[in-house]
Amino acid sequence: MANVNLRDVRKVYNQTQVIHGVNVDIDDGEFVVLVGPSGCGKSTLLRMIAGLEEISDGQVHIGSTVVNEMSPKDRDIAMVFQSYALYPHMTVAQNMGFSLQLRGDAKPEIRAKVEKAAKILNLEALLERYPRQLSGGQRQRVAMGRAIVRNPQVFLFDEPLSNLDAKLRVTMRGEIKALHQRLGSTMIYVTHDQIEAMTMADKIVVMRDGFVEQVGSPLALYDRPANLFVAGFIGSPGMNFLSGRYAQGRVWIGDIALPVAGPPSSENEGRHVVYGIRPENLSMGGEAGQPLIVEVVEPTGAETHVVGQVAGQRVIGVFRERVTTRPGDVLRVEFDSRKVHLFDPQSEQRIN
Amino acid sequence: MSAIESRRATLVSVRPTSKLASRLKRIALHGAVLLLCVVWFTPVLSLFVTTFRSESDSSQTGWWHAFVEWRPVLSNYVEAMYLTGVGRSVVNSIVLTVPTVLGTVLFSAIGAFALARMRFRGRIALFLAMVGFQVLPPQLVLVPMLKFFLAVGLTGTFIPVWVIEMGLTVPFGIFLLYGFFSSIPSDLVEAARIDGASEPRIFFQIILPLSGAVLASLAILQFMIAWNHLLIPLIFLGSGSLSPLTVQVASLAQTNAGGLNTLTAATFISVIVPLVLIVSLQKYFVRGVLGGAVKG
Ligand SMILES: Nc1ncnc2c1ncn2[C@@H]1O[C@H](COP(=O)(O)OP(=O)(O)O)[C@@H](O)[C@H]1O
Ligand SMILES: [Mg+2]
Repeated sequence: MANVNLRDVRKVYNQTQVIHGVNVDIDDGEFVVLVGPSGCGKSTLLRMIAGLEEISDGQVHIGSTVVNEMSPKDRDIAMVFQSYALYPHMTVAQNMGFSLQLRGDAKPEIRAKVEKAAKILNLEALLERYPRQLSGGQRQRVAMGRAIVRNPQVFLFDEPLSNLDAKLRVTMRGEIKALHQRLGSTMIYVTHDQIEAMTMADKIVVMRDGFVEQVGSPLALYDRPANLFVAGFIGSPGMNFLSGRYAQGRVWIGDIALPVAGPPSSENEGRHVVYGIRPENLSMGGEAGQPLIVEVVEPTGAETHVVGQVAGQRVIGVFRERVTTRPGDVLRVEFDSRKVHLFDPQSEQRIN
Repeated sequence: MSAIESRRATLVSVRPTSKLASRLKRIALHGAVLLLCVVWFTPVLSLFVTTFRSESDSSQTGWWHAFVEWRPVLSNYVEAMYLTGVGRSVVNSIVLTVPTVLGTVLFSAIGAFALARMRFRGRIALFLAMVGFQVLPPQLVLVPMLKFFLAVGLTGTFIPVWVIEMGLTVPFGIFLLYGFFSSIPSDLVEAARIDGASEPRIFFQIILPLSGAVLASLAILQFMIAWNHLLIPLIFLGSGSLSPLTVQVASLAQTNAGGLNTLTAATFISVIVPLVLIVSLQKYFVRGVLGGAVKG
């Protein structure tokens, strides 16, 4: 068990910098998800923690040691790859036992550890099979088994579920979570899927273009995104953004005034702002509601998504009730003034 | 309306002829292949049959007579093996070829692994030089090599032949294996590194086992090359007691000692070894071992 601390970590690939001074503190036993769009440097960061990439600058601590110069095998970590990276010429049991064999464990001991891990992952019947004889989900399990047997201080996952179909992904999500609860080890998990991040993480690190945009618990990120990027990235369907002008506790979008809860802010007075509100914070209003011109109605069964325009700007609303409306109709919707996020259009930072 | 009808009419009229044409094509193709087989196989068959005919039979009738009157004798093989020194030269050929093949595969694999999986200065230049110098004819190195081995006093031993045979094929071997090693997913190597494997262990326990097919291809190729080489063993070993099959059969043909049928038997011995090897190992040419490494 160990904490992991990144101190001003940078990565430069022949003159192009892809990680720009990242600081993250991961507590012992925490499940941390690194999330961000493809190419933002998540894998690079994870691989630096693993010791597969050199650290150009800064420090990586695991436990109380700086591991910058340590080889992967001395860092007491295990990694699960997106491609699973199982050794094709070894059986499941050999795949799982390989690291123990290299470490010099005795044969019966290896056998016992492999069997224990296989039991946890429901792989007992497959131990003598080769990777090519397994389904995608089973290969994924073997990859996890290979990590578990070593009982490492830190588990690293690089998009381990993205090669699975949607249903299996949900199942495995739960299993990895359960595994974390059972083992209590520190886990660092990379994904581009914000839903995976939201459902699995104790703490989410949102990255963009090699910078950390925000660190926090899933709900903290959801309720108080620090900037426009995080606000748009977390949540599905994404947050609505309307550009307007702030005046006396309201945001004017065209000639519609949307109130913002709390005392009026004098420093925002008269300022251009981006008004953000999540789709589920719209509700059916009576006569008091704002007019929304319906463009598309998407019933999902449990809820209804309505895409439309408010004062000429696109808005998505998610409603629990069944909405019987057609494109072209005008709905009256209310915007929950307590759930408003205001951002500065230039700096993109949160201002309320 | 009428356009459609007329088109249908042409379709109907065209179809039987096109079917006929494709059938004719197939027949022509099969005929051509058959002809090639006959052209290739007849000399081999004649050689094979002749090895079992006695000298007197051969001098009186053509080889096809064997099918009329089949009276096989083994005397040609016996004579070839024991009287003309071919038997000894088979052993020499094997002693020359086997270490050459093993060495070629090992050194090619080590070189290709370094080039494909390690990062060091001058890597690209080295690789390009190695590929580039292959356009030079191998005869170019023979005289300097002979001088060198004369100077160190190793001519008349197998060592120079081993070294030169390896040296001529290893660059190609590296080129061949480099492509294959580069195609092994780097995840696999990294997983092994995290599992605690050292570079030599990654080489021997991950890369080599996955490369069975391509290593076998290289081995077979080098076996054929080394087995059939005449010039190099002739230069370094002469035609004495260390000479391999090629040299022995060539001198047998020149001196005509033992007669024509003994010569054919000797020739057949020199052909049969690579033939058996290829037929028995050909599945390695076909089979890929990499299945299941990554999602698929
Ligand atoms: N070996 C490399 N050489 C040069 N650039 C690289 C290399 N690996 C990754 N990059 C660059 O670093 C950036 C981050 O890559 P990566 O960490 O794989 O992103 P992610 O995992 O978030 O999708 C990308 O812009 C990518 O092009
Ligand atoms: Mg990635």
